[in-house]
Amino acid sequence: MDISYSAEDLAFREKVRAFLQERLPRTLSEKVRRNQHLSRDDMEQWHGILNDKGWLAQDWPKEHGGAGWTTVQQQIFEDEAAAANAPRIVPFGLKMLAPVLMKFGSPEQKDRYLPRILNGSDWWCQGYSEPGAGSDLASLKTRAVRDGDHYVVNGQKTWTTLGQHANKIFCLVRTSTEGKPQEGISFLLIDMDTPGITIRPIILLEGTHEVNEVFFDDVRVPIENLVGEENKGWTYAKYLLTHERTNIAGVGFSRAALAHVKAIARDQKVRGRPLINDPLFAARIAKVEMELAALATTNLRVLSAPDAAANAGPISSMLKIKGTEIRQELNDLARRALGPYALPFVSEALEPGWNGEPIGPEDAAGVAADYFNNRKISIYGGSNEVQRNIISKMVMGL
Amino acid sequence: MDFSLTDEQRMLKDTLARFVADNYGIEVRHEIAASPEGFSRDIWSQFAELGIIGALFAEADGGFGGGGFDLSTVFEEIGRGLVVEPLLASVLGGNAIASLGDEAQKARLEGVIAGETIVALAHGEPQSRYDHVHVETRAERDGDGWRLNGEKAVVLNGDSAGTLVVSARTGGEVWDEEGISLFLVPANAEGVTARGYPTIDGLHAAEIAFEAVTLDGGALLGREGGAFPALEETLARGALALSAEAIGAMEVCRDITIEYLKTRRQFGVPIGKFQALQHRMATLLMEIEQARSSVINAAGCLNRSREERELAVSAAKAMTGRIGRMVAEEAIQMHGGIAMTWEYSLGHYAKRLVMIDHQFGDVDFHTARYAEIAAVAGV
Ligand SMILES: Cc1cc2nc3c(=O)[nH]c(=O)nc-3n(C[C@H](O)[C@H](O)[C@H](O)COP(=O)(O)OP(=O)(O)OC[C@H]3O[C@@H](n4cnc5c(N)ncnc54)[C@H](O)[C@@H]3O)c2cc1C
Repeated sequence: MDISYSAEDLAFREKVRAFLQERLPRTLSEKVRRNQHLSRDDMEQWHGILNDKGWLAQDWPKEHGGAGWTTVQQQIFEDEAAAANAPRIVPFGLKMLAPVLMKFGSPEQKDRYLPRILNGSDWWCQGYSEPGAGSDLASLKTRAVRDGDHYVVNGQKTWTTLGQHANKIFCLVRTSTEGKPQEGISFLLIDMDTPGITIRPIILLEGTHEVNEVFFDDVRVPIENLVGEENKGWTYAKYLLTHERTNIAGVGFSRAALAHVKAIARDQKVRGRPLINDPLFAARIAKVEMELAALATTNLRVLSAPDAAANAGPISSMLKIKGTEIRQELNDLARRALGPYALPFVSEALEPGWNGEPIGPEDAAGVAADYFNNRKISIYGGSNEVQRNIISKMVMGL
Repeated sequence: MDFSLTDEQRMLKDTLARFVADNYGIEVRHEIAASPEGFSRDIWSQFAELGIIGALFAEADGGFGGGGFDLSTVFEEIGRGLVVEPLLASVLGGNAIASLGDEAQKARLEGVIAGETIVALAHGEPQSRYDHVHVETRAERDGDGWRLNGEKAVVLNGDSAGTLVVSARTGGEVWDEEGISLFLVPANAEGVTARGYPTIDGLHAAEIAFEAVTLDGGALLGREGGAFPALEETLARGALALSAEAIGAMEVCRDITIEYLKTRRQFGVPIGKFQALQHRMATLLMEIEQARSSVINAAGCLNRSREERELAVSAAKAMTGRIGRMVAEEAIQMHGGIAMTWEYSLGHYAKRLVMIDHQFGDVDFHTARYAEIAAVAGV
């Protein structure tokens, strides 16, 4: 065994660092550092910079314009990008839809949509969840009924992240009510500006507009927008869940969050001594730092295992649970470290371009909000309870 | 031993609960919290009429309560209703005046209890974190009066108070107990600048700067340099009030979550049928009872010796801090997405619960304080 990176990996890391140093705009990294909200333009700007370099679609094969990186390289990029406060890559088109299209899409769909994902012409959002179908996704009710060359879609999706920016939505819809619920689901690509679609914001508990409700009222969708076969959508959706393993642990984000916690804790004083030297607080940091170091290795260990693909389901469940628990603990430590200055909440301070005088430490403004907002990460993408069910069933056969 | 409330306390509880149910729905609360002062003067007058403010003060000071269980009774209901009016500010500012003031100074309490004057305690500073004795603000003699310089941080309702009770050093070094004095400062005095802002849990606070503020001789509360014991007792009352408020908020979170577990269906059954959630809900239930007992201990020790009081109060604040976070996080998690929304009330309770830990000492502060006092006292 050898836990060190290879010479190639180290050289790759240097290359990534140099790139970030040179091409990541300070206007963006400053916003990320201060937990400010990113506009659609901000996210697109970063995608554009990465795409120019050929680094936007890191796990796509080269034939589709991807970088074709190994999982270790992807992990290295994530670490470095998070450390440099780069915006996150918006995953819906790049990491969620694209793999499904590559595997199950028609040649026309691949030719049409993949380039548009890369060059930013399309912004996709994910239309899976419904008010009555969360963890029990297969119970979804949004109907698509065939009518000549079209499907007519009626129903409601909810929790649609960044749907307010999207011009396209990929949806799971019900095309049959026969057999098991999983067997009557299809995967449909829908234009957001089709007549009959209404989108309404859902405001989250800390006041941000991040998610939406999307209503479908007799929405006509051309049949060529069906991905793969009718009633096979569940298989495609599951493929996606098992495909997306890299960065599910969020090690890079957690490393960046840990550095942020330490920065705050060095700055805050208890009886004149830095908080980071306070025995109780230092112990809290140490505990999560140990966990994180172990998770980083667990992550690389399972990603590079020869049977990783076969075990993808339970592995991603494990990485997701541990990864989110650690990130949430770091969010907790960050707000804790601020002491009374976690309280002030001037929401304008989180908007791009705000130049007012901060209250308390310079980058305190978004810390508590971020803690509350990140309660979502153990809920979405399959809640941590559902992930534990998967582990119980698939690994232990319980 | 008797764990029941007195008739007066029961009436107080019912009155406040009814008022909140009738007049203080969550939408009303949001509207009030978003208003410029972050609370409603109109509701505040009604609290005065209902005797809610008076219940926070002893008879000798013009109130009709002021005991530990009076405080805990009121604040538990405040927690249930997510009330944002300046009750805590009144406990802190008012108690300092009641403990140290002379007759003329104490006359202000009448206005406080009548809901006409808002008082706030300006004690914490940008560098003090939760430290009780950290005072850098200075007051120097200036003829018969004083001249005040310094900065105060996250002063609850500091932008609305007519009178500020300000801690300042008249002697000693930054962390000395001796040498801390309290002053009554009119908020509109020349050289006082308050920058008010909302807090993430819907309250209001202010950063306040004092620049060469001239005070007359009557501004000093109590003995010069000798305010710390009264200040410490005042902070203990504040911590007790907050702990009790946390109990109210926790129980609402518990009830909302139990109800949701019974009604939300996934996989063809109410989610409360899943044992993975049942056990966690059971744990919350036990923890909340532990938190409640710790608050009862603190309320019962408020008038005992300094050691007994401080130990019990720190225990309550540390326990409600730990359990409050747990309840907030678990209640959200067991709901799933719905609890992440502004529209659903739970998230607002969760925010308040978590942020209570940031007021007047968090879990770590009170755990360390408990250990230190216990070691010195040899208990
Ligand atoms: C901020 C945010 C963004 C999101 N973005 C998107 C998006 O872009 N697109 C999209 O389609 N969806 C999105 N989601 C939806 C997300 O995937 C769902 O919230 C999630 O699947 C949980 O469903 P639910 O909220 O309906 O909770 P429920 O399924 O009702 O679950 C409630 C509780 O019961 C538990 N539970 C459920 N079943 C079991 C079981 N069998 N055993 C034990 N416990 C169980 C859950 O873990 C949870 O604690 C988002 C959600 C949030 C909060």
